[in-house]
Amino acid sequence: MATRKTSDAAPAKGTNPAPKGSNIPADELKHYYREMLLIRRFEEKAGQLYGMGLIGGFCHLYIGQEAVVVGLEAAAEEGDKRITSYRDHGHMLACGMDPKGVMAELTGREGGYSKGKGGSMHMFSKEKHFYGGHGIVGAQVPIGAGLAFADKYLDNKRVTFTYFGDGAANQGQVYETYNMAQLWELPVVFVIENNQYAMGTSVQRSTKSPSLWERGAAYGIKGEEVDGMDVLAVKEAGERAVAHCREGKGPYILEIKTYRYRGHSMSDPAKYRSREEVQKMRDERDPIEQVRKLLLTGNHATEEDLKAIDKEIKEIVNDSAEFSKESPEPALEELWTDIYADEAPQEA
Amino acid sequence: MATEILMPALSPTMEEGTLAKWLVKEGDTVSSGDILAEIETDKATMEFEAVDEGTVGKILIAEGTEGVKVNTPIAVLLEEGEDASAAESAGSNAGSEAKTEVKEETKAKDTLPADVPAASSPAAAAPKPPRTPDWPEGTETKTTTVREALRDAMAEEMRRADNVFLMGEEVGEYQGAYKISQGLLDEFGPKRVVDTPITEHGFAGIAVGAAFGGLRPIVEFMTFNFAMQAIDHIINSAAKTLYMSGGQMGAPMVFRGPNGAAARVGAQHSQDYAAWYMQIPGLKVVMPYTAADAKGLMKSAIRDPNPVIFLENEILYGRSFEVPVLDDFTIPLGKARIAREGTDVTIVSFGIGMTYALEAAEKLAADGIEAEVIDLRTIRPMDTDAIIESVKKTNRCVTVEEGWPQGSVGGYISSVLMQEAFDHLDAPVINCTGKDVPMPYAANLEKHALVTTDEVVEAVRKVTYK
Repeated sequence: MATRKTSDAAPAKGTNPAPKGSNIPADELKHYYREMLLIRRFEEKAGQLYGMGLIGGFCHLYIGQEAVVVGLEAAAEEGDKRITSYRDHGHMLACGMDPKGVMAELTGREGGYSKGKGGSMHMFSKEKHFYGGHGIVGAQVPIGAGLAFADKYLDNKRVTFTYFGDGAANQGQVYETYNMAQLWELPVVFVIENNQYAMGTSVQRSTKSPSLWERGAAYGIKGEEVDGMDVLAVKEAGERAVAHCREGKGPYILEIKTYRYRGHSMSDPAKYRSREEVQKMRDERDPIEQVRKLLLTGNHATEEDLKAIDKEIKEIVNDSAEFSKESPEPALEELWTDIYADEAPQEA
Repeated sequence: MATEILMPALSPTMEEGTLAKWLVKEGDTVSSGDILAEIETDKATMEFEAVDEGTVGKILIAEGTEGVKVNTPIAVLLEEGEDASAAESAGSNAGSEAKTEVKEETKAKDTLPADVPAASSPAAAAPKPPRTPDWPEGTETKTTTVREALRDAMAEEMRRADNVFLMGEEVGEYQGAYKISQGLLDEFGPKRVVDTPITEHGFAGIAVGAAFGGLRPIVEFMTFNFAMQAIDHIINSAAKTLYMSGGQMGAPMVFRGPNGAAARVGAQHSQDYAAWYMQIPGLKVVMPYTAADAKGLMKSAIRDPNPVIFLENEILYGRSFEVPVLDDFTIPLGKARIAREGTDVTIVSFGIGMTYALEAAEKLAADGIEAEVIDLRTIRPMDTDAIIESVKKTNRCVTVEEGWPQGSVGGYISSVLMQEAFDHLDAPVINCTGKDVPMPYAANLEKHALVTTDEVVEAVRKVTYK
């Protein structure tokens, strides 16, 4: 049964009372600010490198959606898993993957996470339990449930965050997966990142369903809608979802209402929405700005403190860009490696 | 330091564009995300945003300029406290960063080895298995059906490793739609013999995820016809991940079930997928004929660290063969079997095609034509050495399969022989295949749609000119 619904709209600019974040330790708020800013600046740099021709093909930026992954990572524990679609840079940075390795993969270099053979849409990190990076819309959903299947089988109390968008939410395999995930009580959090546009098709033009998370009710899966521009709301919802899964109660759905400022990919002129709509979001709902205000109004940080963080992030991002240019292209021999595994992987 | 704003590439193929409109002017302060200009590509007009904050010091390319090459400096951005003179000097160093990039790229390419071996596929380059018998001479054997052999193989491997499990429709309580999993639920319980709803796309994806997560799934498709619902996960998710992850993770698992025509089940249930899966790098494809091969290859497939497609056949399930009585009998993937030795022609087949190949060989022997029959057993990696070796002796080759002719396994074998054994061929290779039609239902038409023993005999007569 579907249960609760948190407030779906972030408070308009200036109406958010300062007490909201006042019970949150300063370090925690600073952490969110820093993590979200890293994603924002990284993505801006990626956009720039794309413009310079250093990144090719498809490149889907995460700008605007930063609070989703940063909030949920705050609810995760070591060993929990995550998997997502091709709009994956934010997820990788949020789970602690090295910005250098991510950027070098974007430029198709040897130092990239997949040695340059995966690209923007196909990156993985076994170490950080990041299982991709999937280019087929919706395909990561059953795979994510499969990771949870393995965790349940191995009885290791881990939870898998399976991210997908409002577009993927119309794929049949999502519902095949809901059915089995609930049937087998798999510890998986289905995270619908509803950024309101599946490429150029708005949610209103693709479904009559009033909300996406409520579709889980047909399978008996609990869920809720979350304000995805508010990192604190995302974290709280994430904790409820994780607790549900960790207690062995099966899957949980979070429909996180978010917004991407950029086009679907770098080559999308985004003519399906007005410039004013985007600007309004940026001005009134920006997730980084919200935390910035909490930090300043709550006297958790000074402008100087935040400038220092900005500077640190800028350096990390610039270093990643430098690395991604200096790392050589993969050796031609790499064309023929990693097609078949030679040895049996460690048996669990 | 003043930074140059470069003409961006705004699509995967863009090389130049029109600077349609500036939305800022010199002296304007901008911050990241502000729209600076509109740029027309061949496909669309795109907005171009600022990445850094600063003041627009100088606009280098006027609006309306067409054919502006990607990476040309179009403006100079000043940082806080800089004046316009910084813009001048930056402008005169035009393209420094961009040009450096290009240089570096060229350099990187130059340092690559000039002649990389025109490597054959890694599948072909795999170590050659020795041409030894599958089991030691004198080993006791037991008459076993293919059905029992498959079940025994799975049971032995499930006893051997806790992370091996079977999932699929009706594999548990029903004991298998074709009784391949008979008894497994009783022995291993519902945790390891998992009945799924009818949801091929979904459970194939879940199995791939389980493989990523450290398990060794065996996925039973009630028939491979239904696996078409799941083929995206087989190919895009299972076969390609090892490569896409730079070797970090893959999907060690088996997709198995009956493949090809059964009897009178019509077009949607009667297709041979050997040639389809054979094409995919990252997959291994097995299609056994005998019970011993079914057992030995299934055990190897379950242990293999790669995704393996295991193509069975409903008609063969009930056939009996001798299987060696050994504690741990395996057959390596990628090794063909000489099913019958001969000198006059090489007949290559696999799976149920072997039925026609062997029958034809018997008929031909009565007429004094000695056929060598090769059972490929594994379609990928394919033991082409075994075929070539045999053709060097017989100088003639006929292939036999139930699948369709265009893009067939036999077609691939013909091309290998053309390229690697052309001088040894005394006749064109003939591919005996199923007819190029969807499978009809009528008994007489169905029989005709499949390859027949007479067609194989006829093909051999043609290539031997007898």
